[in-house]
Amino acid sequence: MIALSDYLIVAAILFSLSVAGIFLNRKNIIILLMCIELMLLAVNLNFIAFSHYAGDAAGQVFVFFILTVAAAEAAIGLAILVVLFRNLSTINVDDLNRLKG
Amino acid sequence: MEKILFYCFAAILLFAATMVITVRNPVRAALFLVLAFFTSAAIWLMLEAEFLAITLVLVYVGAVLVLFMFVVMMLDIDTSSLKEGFSRYLPLGLFVAVLIVLELIAVLGAANFGLEQFPAPEASTESNTKVLGRLLYTVYVYPFEIASVILTVAIVAAIMLTLRPHKRKTQDPAQQVKVRSKDRVRLVKMASEKRQDGKSS
Repeated sequence: MIALSDYLIVAAILFSLSVAGIFLNRKNIIILLMCIELMLLAVNLNFIAFSHYAGDAAGQVFVFFILTVAAAEAAIGLAILVVLFRNLSTINVDDLNRLKG
Repeated sequence: MEKILFYCFAAILLFAATMVITVRNPVRAALFLVLAFFTSAAIWLMLEAEFLAITLVLVYVGAVLVLFMFVVMMLDIDTSSLKEGFSRYLPLGLFVAVLIVLELIAVLGAANFGLEQFPAPEASTESNTKVLGRLLYTVYVYPFEIASVILTVAIVAAIMLTLRPHKRKTQDPAQQVKVRSKDRVRLVKMASEKRQDGKSS
């Protein structure tokens, strides 16, 4: 039988892969957004695995809400990206230094 | 059998995630993201979360990733300059990733979350959708309403962000209401003039 730890370890590897992706692709905002989606996927996998093995459907309800918020986040993030590209003609993170922060 | 299936899906999922973060072309990255979401939907099916697995395919692959593809293809991106720091940050990224994996495995390994602590539950006889629906519309009805408000706010925000207000023919209702008849038609009072023969036709 598959143990709960197997699912948790797959989700952990997925999460750390997306953390590594944020390090590697720190110039490309589109890939950064994709890495955030992968992170949320890993979190959702944890929620569903715990929900299954603990026999409590509340975890799946939380995954439902995370999916909702992630869809909203992706839509707004891509809208910001489009406006950014329209104004600056680039999506390179290094060029976004207007605020001189 | 179930174990082989799980390891196949896990391997495909991790392979797709690796390709997402390493390929040069953002379009290919989006396509590998589709693969990752599909395989994780399959893993969710193995965990008896049927409703959420279908939702993941419909909402993510059907809507969010199509949106990603749309934006990637709409923007004319110079991909070569965006990959510059790749090899420079590779050691640091790998180091952090391996560290996170080792830490998480130390906590989440079979010693703490194995089959002894969490025995595999029997397959449930009730429909997963029914269970979720009952929870959503009773206990979690208030958060459910808030989720719909969040989606509405997201729609409004996304449209307002990408809207270009100038250069478009729009009507301003305030200006339309404020208008008076004297702004439109000017009545001029003047003495009548005599007709001059020969000059007017």
